[in-house]
Amino acid sequence: MYITNSGMNLFFEVGRYFNLLAKAFSKPEKFWIYIKLVFKEIDELGIQSLGIITVISIFMGATVVIQAALSTDSPLIPKYLIGFTARQSVVLEFASTLMCLILAGKVGSRIASEIGTMRITEQIDALEIMGVNSAAYLIMPKIIAAMFIFPFLTVLAIFIALAGGYAAGVFGNLVTSADYIYGLQIQFRTFDIIYTLIKVEFFAFTITSVSSYYGYYAYGGALEVGRASTKAVVNSSIIILVLDYLLTQLLLA
Amino acid sequence: MIEVVNISKSFSGKQVIQNISTVFEKGKTNLIIGQSGSGKTVLLKSLVGLHEIDEGEIKFDGRNYSKLKFRDKKNIRKEIGMVFQGGALFDSATILENVMYPLDMFSAMNRKEKIERARFCLNRVNLSNVEQLYPAEVSGGMQKRTAIARAIVLNPKYLFFDEPNSGLDPQTALVIDKLIKEITEEYGTTTVINTHDMNSVMEIGEKIIFIYQGEKAWEGTKHDIINNDCQELNDFIFASELFKKVKKNFSILSDDKRFMPDEKDK
Ligand SMILES: Nc1ncnc2c1ncn2[C@@H]1O[C@H](COP(=O)(O)OP(=O)(O)OP(=O)(O)O)[C@@H](O)[C@H]1O
Ligand SMILES: [Mg+2]
Repeated sequence: MYITNSGMNLFFEVGRYFNLLAKAFSKPEKFWIYIKLVFKEIDELGIQSLGIITVISIFMGATVVIQAALSTDSPLIPKYLIGFTARQSVVLEFASTLMCLILAGKVGSRIASEIGTMRITEQIDALEIMGVNSAAYLIMPKIIAAMFIFPFLTVLAIFIALAGGYAAGVFGNLVTSADYIYGLQIQFRTFDIIYTLIKVEFFAFTITSVSSYYGYYAYGGALEVGRASTKAVVNSSIIILVLDYLLTQLLLA
Repeated sequence: MIEVVNISKSFSGKQVIQNISTVFEKGKTNLIIGQSGSGKTVLLKSLVGLHEIDEGEIKFDGRNYSKLKFRDKKNIRKEIGMVFQGGALFDSATILENVMYPLDMFSAMNRKEKIERARFCLNRVNLSNVEQLYPAEVSGGMQKRTAIARAIVLNPKYLFFDEPNSGLDPQTALVIDKLIKEITEEYGTTTVINTHDMNSVMEIGEKIIFIYQGEKAWEGTKHDIINNDCQELNDFIFASELFKKVKKNFSILSDDKRFMPDEKDK
């Protein structure tokens, strides 16, 4: 959405995006078919992302702990601050924003190319001609599935990252087990978790709806599907960062 | 019967279809012919409402499609079967699931009845033993047939085909043409077919409209087409050496019934 030739173009795209969303959230034809689709998407968008989330969580947690240890390497600063810093950065930023940026790449490109391919091979036309609301059929289950499963992924990412941090800190002799765990618990605010989950809901909606939009309006050939998928990833990432800033202002400041 | 009155369609200022009027008849194979890029696909998609027309009227047995409310439009769409240029099969579903799909969405049948109905349609298009395969695993001709089976599964009143023969060898193309004609007569559908294949024209051209640069330049039957007096149409038909010879040696070929008026037409 940011790459536009003129202001008019941006208005056109934003208008078309909201139009598509309105179409996507109209009453489904057969309820049970949509339920089945939501489960399928939970698997494809969520469960199939578990691997990548585990890997990045371990390394992010470990890295944060090492950095915290190095920058607090002074006898005046208590060691438990390492645990505290790790928890704060993982909970507030990493498990929501960074994770969703990664998912924007994985899930967003997948959605845009799937829907884009259906568009250029006339499968979307085929749905429409049967009388199926193609926008609702293709987009709504993805949005609902992502908004349902992403928060669980976030909670999981928090635990894995903090475990990764423990491994790096304790086994690397940077902090004692007791100090690290004490740091994790100190000044804990439940609202931080709520804040990060609220962000994830916005990000999940952004990734799925923006990527669906670019796929749905792909026009041309295979090259265009590739372009749609690139635009989907770039623009959802940018929107995620802007939303991150706005929501932080709104909820924390 | 589908009546088309003065329809036009443009895309962001570019006029693609201009002032086309005609009637597509029930129980007959109506052909839209024209060069690549002349606007056939756009015309077909405008007829079925996939493109919104700028001007004009399209009447499905008297019902003015473009003026209908969303709900009534949807009801007409359920009476329409369409086969797209590339088949447009759902590639994550098997052949059988593809044909069953419209039943899943719109019928009250139970699973057994749906499978039965889908198998019946697959048999109708002479496809068997492939129902568990995926579209990518079968040949182009089989994909086309699957698409036809899917298009007829809900007993449509109107059938639309966008280049049903493209990418097929002449023999398979002929089989598909015959199949379309049989289905049209058997179920009394109003069938509209886009093609640039002159074999199809001579085989099933009961009613033909010729589109030239988005306008209707000629209208008639396969019997009139060889000796028509439309310059653009002649350029189109007699582009190939074969059809030039057909015209020259018309008498030699005159024992071929295809090029002569049918008995019943006399
Ligand atoms: N969605 C669209 N937006 C803009 N222009 C379009 C669109 N669809 C078609 N056109 C233009 O309309 C013209 C007619 O295209 P159309 O696909 O109808 O040709 P055709 O007669 O079906 O050709 P072919 O035999 O190759 O399929 C082309 O110039 C095409 O670029
Ligand atoms: Mg075409």
